[in-house]
Amino acid sequence: MNAPQAAPLTAKDFKSDYKPIWCPGCGDYSVLSSVTKALAMLELRPENVAVVSGIGCSSRIPAYTACYGFHGVHGRSLAAATGLKVARPDLTVLVASGDGDGYSIGGNHFLHACRRNVDLTYIVMDNHVYGMTKGQASPTTEPDWDSKLSPGGSGVREFHPLVIALASGANFVARAFSGDPNGTAAILAEAVRHPGFSFVEVLSPCVTFRPDQRSWKERAHPAPVAPTDDPARAARRIMTDDGFNIGVLYKGKRAPYRGAVPASATVAGLARRFELEGARDG
Amino acid sequence: MAKDEYADFMAQAYTMELEATERYTQFAEQLDAHNNRGVAELFRKLAAIEGLHAKRILEEMGWPSVPDLPAPSVWPEGEGPEAAPLDAVHYLMQPFHALELALDCEQRAQKHFENIAAGEVPESVRAAAAEMAEEEREHVRLIREWMARVPRPPADWDHDPDPPRMSE
Repeated sequence: MNAPQAAPLTAKDFKSDYKPIWCPGCGDYSVLSSVTKALAMLELRPENVAVVSGIGCSSRIPAYTACYGFHGVHGRSLAAATGLKVARPDLTVLVASGDGDGYSIGGNHFLHACRRNVDLTYIVMDNHVYGMTKGQASPTTEPDWDSKLSPGGSGVREFHPLVIALASGANFVARAFSGDPNGTAAILAEAVRHPGFSFVEVLSPCVTFRPDQRSWKERAHPAPVAPTDDPARAARRIMTDDGFNIGVLYKGKRAPYRGAVPASATVAGLARRFELEGARDG
Repeated sequence: MAKDEYADFMAQAYTMELEATERYTQFAEQLDAHNNRGVAELFRKLAAIEGLHAKRILEEMGWPSVPDLPAPSVWPEGEGPEAAPLDAVHYLMQPFHALELALDCEQRAQKHFENIAAGEVPESVRAAAAEMAEEEREHVRLIREWMARVPRPPADWDHDPDPPRMSE
């Protein structure tokens, strides 16, 4: 007799009981909604998904999902997620970060995660500011953004995450916009499906420290061209676009990293080693 | 063929109502987290109203659950015309603002259905769209009445003597 089929899950089934405490109107609410919609579209189950994050507003996201979660060390989400995915290739591993956590504190991990091409989906909610710590300039802040903490602007050229991801070997590069949660969900689902390291930069306005970003909804537009598998062409497009092309921009063909050393233990065997004495006896 | 177009239209209308329900619920939770209980409650009421509309579509169509809906990004604007923009809320907003937002959504929904009814569509779709446009027009009227019953916010409604964006 066949085992009964589990009912398909909806986005709601991927949400936890914790209510987000981002500022009202924050783009990260939308990203959370897109993540849960994407997981439902992929017909995954919460127990087969892990969401790993670093520190910052966006990194609160694991607690708001019903999946396994790890709210880790600042900038080190990719390191933790890489270890998890290599040890548990059966899990779908999403990594969440922001522009400060991901490109500054975790900048080096970003480069090497792209290079390693482990089968992860890296979602960076980019609002061009450190929101949680009250509005400092981040690696993606415009050099002339004038604020109390950087009067006259930082004068420092912005980091270009998409082209850096591409140059470092990411196998999938996309840009999404939180103002289009359905479109973002579709991009995230495609990123998860694509083998190897998938990088999705989500433009996610900070309504508190960057109210000027409300204009992003007028600026965001679908990328006028289909994704390419040619990194040189993708790099040229990304370097010359207006920063608001939304869609999948590059889909590479690199084989994802597979551990060279075969596993020396089973997951069940490892779990047994962590069992408490009393629990085993009782 | 016409029957399929009618079902597709109703599925899309259902998605639209559902998206509006979800967005108002999301807003209610956001305002709850910031102790703006009055507006949170109002958003919850709006969510319940939209939820009833969605339920009625399911009942009318005899669908036991959600049918196969069109792909998520079917809307030219990314989201359905009745879903309020995500950045439209403020932690100090007042009931009047929430109703203004709802009014805008209802007006967009009315326009959406009017456009469909005026387009080249099968008669069954045209009639349903015209009926829905009429319903949305009625909602616009009701929300205007509701707005007349709540206080108009003062000009400095968003003044916070201890703002979260202190950055000295």
